[in-house]
Amino acid sequence: MDVRSLWRTLDRDTRRGIALVCVADAVVGVSFGAITIGGGLAVWVPVAMSLLVFAGGAQFAAIGVVLAGGSPLAGVATGLILNARHIPFGFAVGDVLGGPWWKRGLGAHVMIDESVAFTQRQTDQRRRRAAFWACGISLFVVWNAAVVAGSIVGSALGDTDALGLDAAFPAVLLALIMPAMSDAHTRLVGLAAAAIALLAAPVLPAGFPVLLAVASVALAARAPRTEIPPTQPLEKAR
Amino acid sequence: MPFYAIALLAAGTYVMRLVGPAMHSRVSIPPQIQRLASLATIAVLLALAATSTLLSGHAFAGWARPTGVLVGGVLAIRRVPFPVVVIAAALTTALLRLGGIS
Repeated sequence: MDVRSLWRTLDRDTRRGIALVCVADAVVGVSFGAITIGGGLAVWVPVAMSLLVFAGGAQFAAIGVVLAGGSPLAGVATGLILNARHIPFGFAVGDVLGGPWWKRGLGAHVMIDESVAFTQRQTDQRRRRAAFWACGISLFVVWNAAVVAGSIVGSALGDTDALGLDAAFPAVLLALIMPAMSDAHTRLVGLAAAAIALLAAPVLPAGFPVLLAVASVALAARAPRTEIPPTQPLEKAR
Repeated sequence: MPFYAIALLAAGTYVMRLVGPAMHSRVSIPPQIQRLASLATIAVLLALAATSTLLSGHAFAGWARPTGVLVGGVLAIRRVPFPVVVIAAALTTALLRLGGIS
């Protein structure tokens, strides 16, 4: 895979967008590494997770459950529910993942919110492929390097709370969700989910309140089904 | 975080990522299911945002973190670039703690 020729296939705006997302995710990656280490986990944990799972939201969620004293399996369940969105994503970008089995296998691993979002903005088949691979590969490299850097910095710093890093992850989540919240119906489901989780948190073990919050989707069954275009990837790119 | 948990999460995630590319030419997901899937994602993300903003374990996290997240949230609504949102949230929280508000 020639990354330079992928870049040349893309227009300037897309290249700039991908670069900006890389910068943002680098900040988030550093905070993931530092928070994990600051919470007392070994350096190999954030590094292995980032290489093997490669999904920021699920990584933060699973680690968050464990650091809050929940069981590792509750952390895994929370992460898997978050990652279930990759099933519809895969159908949305399946057309760009052709070729030999190893290429499809690699492509599936770099399928994330950002690479799907950039792919869906292109119409031309060649550019869709280029956007997917350029964004996926760049972010894989940037994310993992940033997590390693964060883990090293985290071990040196000790107290990540003094740097306010615990505010970085929720802020990331809000920024991720915001574009979808312009839809009134989605807002209703989201607010109900937040309320359920907060009410359940004092009584349930860590991780379960978030799982329970999925029940808020039942509100969707009662409402008219129009507004949301299907498989809208959550966009970080601005 | 034991390695088996990381391996489980990684394997489960990878299988879900493979489903689409492997089957997209044969099957298509009904729009209603797609819609429920995207709503479930929003629900989980917002529930996670709410609990990780306001709570440490089972108890209130103190004012510094929610205030920082609020600043980040307002900037996100105003469509400020993503890196700025994250840094502003962390910086606000750090400054409040420096000022003695935990």
